[in-house]
Amino acid sequence: MQWEIVIGLEVHTQLSTSSKIFSGASTAFGAAPNTQACAVDIALPGVLPVLNKGAVERAVQLGLAIGGHISRRSVFARKNYFYPDLPKGYQISQMELPVVEGGSLTIQVGETEKTVRITRAHLEEDAGKSLHEDFHGMTGIDLNRAGTPLLEIVSEPDMRGSAEAVAYAKTLHSLVVWLGICDGNMQEGSFRCDANVSVRRMGETELGKRCEIKNLNSFRFLEHAIDYEARRQIEIIEDGGVVRQETRLYDPDRNETRTMRSKEDAHDYRYFPDPDLLPLVISEEWIERTRAAMPELPEAMRSRFVTQYGLPVYDAGLLTASKALAAYYEALVAAVGGEAKTCANWVMGDLSAALNRNELDIADSPVSSRQLAALIQRITDGTLSGKLAKEVFEALWQGEGEVDVVIEARGLKQVSDSGAIEAIVDAILAANPNQVAEYRSGKDKMFGFFVGQAMKAMKGKANPQQLNDILKRKLG
Amino acid sequence: MINASLKQLAALLAGKKTSSQELTQSYLERIQAHNPALNAFVTLNAEISLAEARAADARIAAGSAAPLTGIPIAHKDIFCADGWRTTCGSKMLDNFIAPYDAHVVSQFKAAGMVSLGKTNMDEFAMGSSNETSYFGAVKNPWDANAVPGGSSGGSAAAVAARLAPAATGTDTGGSIRQPAALTGITGLKPTYGVVSRYGMIAFASSLDQAGPMAKSAEDCALLMNVMAGFDERDSTSLERPSEDYTRDLEQPLAGLKIGLPREYFAEGLSADVGAAVEAALAEYRKLGATTVDISLPNTRLSIPVYYVLAPAEASTNLSRFDGVRYGYRAPDYTDLTDMYQKTRAQGFGSEVKRRIMIGTYVLSHGYYDAYYLQAQKIRRLIAQDFDAAFQQCDVIMGPTTPDTAFNFGEKADDPVAMYLSDIYTIAVNLAGLPGMSVPCGFGANGRPVGLQIIGNYFAEAKMLGVAHQYQLATDWHTRMPNTI
Repeated sequence: MQWEIVIGLEVHTQLSTSSKIFSGASTAFGAAPNTQACAVDIALPGVLPVLNKGAVERAVQLGLAIGGHISRRSVFARKNYFYPDLPKGYQISQMELPVVEGGSLTIQVGETEKTVRITRAHLEEDAGKSLHEDFHGMTGIDLNRAGTPLLEIVSEPDMRGSAEAVAYAKTLHSLVVWLGICDGNMQEGSFRCDANVSVRRMGETELGKRCEIKNLNSFRFLEHAIDYEARRQIEIIEDGGVVRQETRLYDPDRNETRTMRSKEDAHDYRYFPDPDLLPLVISEEWIERTRAAMPELPEAMRSRFVTQYGLPVYDAGLLTASKALAAYYEALVAAVGGEAKTCANWVMGDLSAALNRNELDIADSPVSSRQLAALIQRITDGTLSGKLAKEVFEALWQGEGEVDVVIEARGLKQVSDSGAIEAIVDAILAANPNQVAEYRSGKDKMFGFFVGQAMKAMKGKANPQQLNDILKRKLG
Repeated sequence: MINASLKQLAALLAGKKTSSQELTQSYLERIQAHNPALNAFVTLNAEISLAEARAADARIAAGSAAPLTGIPIAHKDIFCADGWRTTCGSKMLDNFIAPYDAHVVSQFKAAGMVSLGKTNMDEFAMGSSNETSYFGAVKNPWDANAVPGGSSGGSAAAVAARLAPAATGTDTGGSIRQPAALTGITGLKPTYGVVSRYGMIAFASSLDQAGPMAKSAEDCALLMNVMAGFDERDSTSLERPSEDYTRDLEQPLAGLKIGLPREYFAEGLSADVGAAVEAALAEYRKLGATTVDISLPNTRLSIPVYYVLAPAEASTNLSRFDGVRYGYRAPDYTDLTDMYQKTRAQGFGSEVKRRIMIGTYVLSHGYYDAYYLQAQKIRRLIAQDFDAAFQQCDVIMGPTTPDTAFNFGEKADDPVAMYLSDIYTIAVNLAGLPGMSVPCGFGANGRPVGLQIIGNYFAEAKMLGVAHQYQLATDWHTRMPNTI
């Protein structure tokens, strides 16, 4: 039996505002418990929420980036339930009228591109944290996180299998980081996924009963949780059972999902418009101002790289994988003053390899774009061969100083003095008369032999083009 | 002195005929003498009051006094006041000391007025008789068997008994106007959004509005100058240029068109209240006003609409009282759910629980459309009634309440009868309009009658002028209960 796995994701992105969504308290991570919770956050009697415009602007940026509709009027609603880390006894969220409706994200899985539709994105506040570990027989409450702005981005059930789900999550992650609306720090909970997973027999058009797996805070957990959950559901159906709609939790230690609450225990949240907040009205002018302040989007930048730098689509895609990488590349090309393809090769090749090897981000690269530009200039002006350039790059990486200093210190300067090269070539031809005869009788392959001998004699420093020219002339 | 207007008190202070400390001390003594019988105040703090009075005296001496500096004012116990126990009339907050000032409180502090104490009220402002207070009912100074009205019953009784020159109140469905009427004082509920709700413990957020309660319209105008104004901490606060609410006090009434809604003079209105209101209208005609019959056809729907919307909002506004962070927590419980249930079962009184249950029900899945959404639609129709009426008149007048103050226990076991006592006031809150009550006589039982004046949005200054001109021509507002 062939099964199709159907996935929709709800992603909670923590917005990068410095203060909370409805109060002036700081959102900085890691402060001592309850030191970043003001009267509004702890829901003292009489306090009122005031919307942070920065959170709205970030939501609008996301909406514009995914080609969604920005609601000119959206409404905050109260989602009512009791929990000790929810100080008001309700969460302020958006229900019927979210700030962003529609939109899509293009993802790449292997060689194929796919478009995932986005249903909506809405603003809401985060809850605090319940701490069960450190308090024997009791629960501690830390309200620092209470009121932190979240944008919940809900996709359609357009993904088939964990690979697509992970690709979608990664694409969305890089987009929100690119836009600067979220720091993307998954360990600190800035980007958390809930996965809605169902399975159906291949060819069926109706969706199966879904289970929602909550709070997956790494791409690996997302992948494993979906794989486990899909297997679990398939086994239930194959054994003649039915999947129960429920909310489940993923346990990474045991790599399994477990029931959190069934549909029957689902809360009636009694959503209704929050009378403390006026409807959120977003003017055309505000949208345009926000749009103007947005960075160039990855897709637009990709096509610009193709036209402006004449790069292959593949290169443009790699170089725009992050805003920082793209910025590095553009600074490099500007410093070199051209040689766009050579620059691309260096960034995608030696530089990326070295970064990966050392698990470094482009922002932390020990070789600056200015240094790499100087290196590339020494290649184009014939000072360095490609092979020597790699050695210089290694030295730059190790912090041995500027390009010219390294070349000097290591004596890596390429020999472009044709007299010196001719002398070596003459000596080699004289020492190898048999090989010369073979070549002249039509054995073209022997040419490589002479190049090798000459390079060896010159410790690799001969200008390869000049060497070729001289050899051809002397043998010809 | 106890009958002096705020203007007169200010003059006495400015002329050094008295000091804020003397004034405050004398009111504290009156409270000490009469409060045991009236139960109008739930919390006093002479130390804070006298310290504020000393500061006010220093300010007066330094020549930097504002118009009301040095005059004491009582605050309804719904307003958080820094360092003051703030109970909202509930066991739930019996032990709650507010760590911050409500906007209204800080405005009065900044104006140099002295916080005299916190006044009793129906629990979480839910009640029309003050009988739901955890701290016991307030007695009507005119008659110890009569309720003072609610929910701002403590503030009303305090002003009526001259235990305070002025007080703050809040009005969600009539909670300033109805007790003002029942105790013979003047009270104003401003346009929704004119006074910040920050620091005022929420009952029904879309209806709650704070306002002044005092002996006269002139006093209310001076108090409005202090309490009204934009506050960025309240998203429903309206950003408008500040105004002088005394500006129309001396406006003559010639040409004023008074609308009389026929629904307010129909069945259910008691004869003596009707007669007192008619006499007041006759006085207005003498002053040059004309009356025109109007209709507010959806008036009868205002009570059912209110008792869907207000409990809906209240049911979630009161969710924060969960025993976790402050306030009452049940002493014994087995787990979290048990803690919530016992805390709320023990901490809230029965009227509050009734409204939480109604509100929870009308917001529940499957009932929301039939109740909450339907009520919101009718709310708009009620507002449209007023819009249409104000095409024909400048102000609307009628009785504030159908009857004079009822007796304790008379309606306590019949919530619907209690709810109906707010029939003339509730629609004003639903529409967000300003309304006030002005004393206009007495019933056969010697209990006061209130005339309600309803204005268009932001017409407070005009309404205050209309009331003031009446008070220049009559003396109902100067009458004092002889029990004090």
